[in-house]
Order: sequence, then structure tokens, then C-alpha cells
Amino acid sequence: MVMSHTLKNRLCNLPPGTVVTGKWHGRSYRLLRRLGSGANGVVYLAESSGYRVAVKLSDDYASLASEMNILRHFSKVQGVALGPSLLEADDWRSPLMRETVPFYVMEYIDGENFASFVRRRGKEWTPVLIAQLLSVLERLHEEGWVFGDLKPDNLIVTEPPPSVRLLDVGGTTLQGRAVKEFTELYDRGYWGLGSRKAEPSYDLFSAAMVMIAACYPGHLEKKGDGRSQLFKIIETDRFLAQYKHVLQKALDGRYANAADMRHDLLAASSRRLAAKNETKTAAPNRRSGRQVKKRRKVGGVAETVLIAALLLGAYGFYIYWQLTM
Amino acid sequence: MRKGTLRQILLITDGCSNHGEDPAAMAALAREQGITVNVIGVLDQDTIDENGQREIEAIAAAGGGMSQVVYAKQLSQTVQMVTRQAMTQTLQGLVNRELKQIFGSDVSLEDLPPDKRGQVMEVVDELGETAALDVLILIDTSGSMKTKLPTVKEALIDLSLSLNARMGENRFSVFIFPGKRQHAEKMVDWTPRIEELSAVFPKLASGGLTPTGPALREAIAHFGRKRSLRSWIGDGDEPYIEESSL
Repeated sequence: MVMSHTLKNRLCNLPPGTVVTGKWHGRSYRLLRRLGSGANGVVYLAESSGYRVAVKLSDDYASLASEMNILRHFSKVQGVALGPSLLEADDWRSPLMRETVPFYVMEYIDGENFASFVRRRGKEWTPVLIAQLLSVLERLHEEGWVFGDLKPDNLIVTEPPPSVRLLDVGGTTLQGRAVKEFTELYDRGYWGLGSRKAEPSYDLFSAAMVMIAACYPGHLEKKGDGRSQLFKIIETDRFLAQYKHVLQKALDGRYANAADMRHDLLAASSRRLAAKNETKTAAPNRRSGRQVKKRRKVGGVAETVLIAALLLGAYGFYIYWQLTM
Repeated sequence: MRKGTLRQILLITDGCSNHGEDPAAMAALAREQGITVNVIGVLDQDTIDENGQREIEAIAAAGGGMSQVVYAKQLSQTVQMVTRQAMTQTLQGLVNRELKQIFGSDVSLEDLPPDKRGQVMEVVDELGETAALDVLILIDTSGSMKTKLPTVKEALIDLSLSLNARMGENRFSVFIFPGKRQHAEKMVDWTPRIEELSAVFPKLASGGLTPTGPALREAIAHFGRKRSLRSWIGDGDEPYIEESSL
């Protein structure tokens, strides 16, 4: 494992134009640029007979084979695409390197990184994207898996219309096992809010953290009691505070499935929209959503009473008219 | 499929040994007995000296395990990653050996067509999830390591969080070196709950010697002691995974 350090460095710095040829199937891929690198490999954008694909190279046969298992499994799931689809697996005997490098080829998803999309288009996109993410997670959970390493870096937004997709499946784990890969900030174990057992609520915690991190200015790091720190962040941020109940419930692991969280998130979003419209039309000075709602409620009651009074009056008039006839 | 127990020593240190046997030789001895030795070197702000680095790599290489040199801050993630990867590595070694028995000659994961590797890895993943694991944690408390001990403790609690999420059983034991009377002193005997550690850590006192080699020797002996004791009870547990059949 020590020796792999230099090989990894070289894999991460392959010059554009390098041609990767598989020794089993014989197909060639011309690398265009590096898309990203992680703990167990590097991904390049590549071109092969006119098509653009993503090629993942690694020095670790084992983890690459595990990942391919997951990708292969997901390509069998019909309907929503749960990750990039797997196209081919092969080994590259590079003339530059003495070792044989295993790689796999997958669909290239052209899109923008989650964090930069939100930075460019605004915070109001986070609930939309998280709601989309929760639908994908629901499918994944139904299939008996947990995504595990859920973080902004593993989410990509394709356009148009903006829709979120999962990228790196390295952390995807069968439910009931120990989560294979995780990132501290999005891991409930790190925050002292639960175990690392792969269950739907593990992903839902991370989904809530993705939303919090997208709205938190600066560097987020655990200090002391993780739960009260996160709850305080939610309460003090004006945008996050509107989703307080959903986020806190997800952080506490009280959602059994993604659909429930999605439902509550959408409900909170539409409440927010209604409140916003009301403040714009009715009140020149700013009021909090709750106050406005109360006013609306009072208005509603008055309306009902008025209609009832009118009806009663009309009925009374009718009776009187009947009697006098 | 009978399940065995994976056995590891996790050595956490920040530099060179200066007393007793060559630690690499002791690590090789451990490997001969089916125990993998992983080493994590802890840095402060400064860099580790070249001799220390070389020794860390040599111990892990001889012990069939992995080594990493990290800043104290990254310790939690490194400890759990190294432990998990070393498990996979050991299991993969076993599966490769099985492959050789089936196909004869030198067939390993790398020689199989890429599409067949997945099936082998499913077996490795399954074993990694369900195999029992014994980890003996050996902590250097000499000299400058003392200030890093709170971080070490945090990392170990994090490790138990990761491992206890597995389906397989875990047992931890903690030794520190140098000990008061012996080279290494037992802090926590085999237990599934590493949280017990919190109670013993504040009592540590540090000395000047760093007897890494002798400490490793005592750690190996502790595995043996446990085994002989359990054979008295007649538990019937497999001694080590090397002997289990897949």
C-alpha cells in the first residue's frame, strides 16, 4: 500500500491526449481533462469513437471492483437513474507505468457541481434540489441500499431543467451493514447523532447537512456538543429557520423514510411562499410568516361569519315573505 | 462457511523507538502468527524525522499491514480507514489464496477478467462485514505523544463507532508503552466497548524510553493469552481466519 503513493500521483496527472487502451476488450479512450479525484481513484473526461465518456482509473483493484458491482446493480433498476451507468471495465497496460492499471468507463454526466450551482443561482434552489435528491434516495432505499457518502461534491446538477444526480457510488452500502465510506461533516457519527449503520435515516441526516452547509457562510466544524451547535445554526439563519422542523427532525434521525422528509420539506417551502406573497401585498412593513398566517386566519373567520349572516338574513327575509303571502 | 477472527495490532506512535528489539522484527513475528500490524504516525505541526518515517513504514511492511503518517487532526478518519482497509487486504489475501487452490498456479484478483472480479469482491465485502475482529491498540505515550492523547482517545472512540456498525463481533484491547514496570502496560482488556477507555486515559504518565519492539512482543503475547484462556473455557472459536475454510 505504501508503494501506491507514487502510482496514484502519476494517475492523477496524466496529460490530456493520453490514450488508455484496454487489454481485454481492446477499446481506446483519449483523455480530455480530469474531472475529479478521490480516495480510491481519479476520473477523467474522455472521448471514444466520437462519444464523450467518463473513465475512472485506480490503483486499487478491490475497491474498483466493488464500485462496479454497485453501478451494475443500479443499471438493472428501471426508471430513475440512480447513478451514472456503467459502460465497460478493463485494464490498461500503460507504456509509461510498469503496473497494469484497472479502469472502468461510465456515462459522462455533464453538469455543474452542487455547491457552485447554489452559489450562482441562489439559496432558494437548495430546497428544490434537496427535494429532488430525496426522491432519488427513496428509490435507492427501496432497493435495499444506502448511499452513504452523501455530500455536495457527490451531487451534480444537470440542466435544463435543473435536476440533481448522484455521482460517486463508492460509499453505497447494503442496508444493515456498516457504511463503507463517509465524509466527517456529513456523517452523523462525527456529530455524535447516531451510528454508522447503513439505514435510510443515515442518508437523511446527510441530506439535511448538505442543506445546512449550503447556507452556512464559512467553514463548518464541530465544536463541543454537535447537536446543539447544529440546532443553533438552523435557528439563527433566517433562511434555514423556515425549515427548522424538517431539518431538526432529520438530524435527530426521526424520519423513517425519504418520502416523509420530502413531504415536510415541500410543505415548509409552500408555506414560505404563501407567507412571502402575503407580506408583499398586504403589509408594507415586514412581519414574520406566523403573524401573517394568524391574520389570514382571522380574515377567514370574518368572511365565514359574514356569509352566514347574509344567508341567515336572506332566509329570514324568505320566511317573512312566505308568512305575509 | 466457517467464520474466523481477524486479528490486528494498531500501533500509534510519533517517532523512533530507542530501546529493545527491532520493532520490524517483532511485527514480522506477529505476521507469522496471523496478526496484521498497522502503524499510524502522528504529527504535530512539525514534520516527522526521516528515521521515524522509515521505521513506521518498515514495521507495517513487515507486519503485513498499512502505514499512514498524519496530523493529529486527521487521526479519527485515518484510524478507521486504515483498520478497514487492512481488513479488506487480509481478506483479499485469503480469497486470492482460495483462488489459487481452485485455478492452480498464480491466479489472483488482478488476473481475472474485470467482469469476474465483482463476484470475488462480493465475497470479500461479505466477509469484511461479518468476520469477527480483534484489535489490540498499542499507544506510544512517551515524550511528545502526551499532548496528542486526547485526540488519540477521540479517534479510538470513533473507530469503535465505525466497527460496531458492522454485523461481525469486535473486541478491543488497549496497551500503552512504556509501562510503569513492564515495557507495555495493559489499560483495557478485551472488550467490545472501547468507551471504557475514557476512565483510564487521564492517569497516564509518560517516561523517556520508547521500547516499541518489546511493546509489540507483549502485544502479540496478549493475543496468545486470550486464546489459551478461551480454549480452557471450551468456547470452540476458530483460532484465526487463516484456518477457516471459505
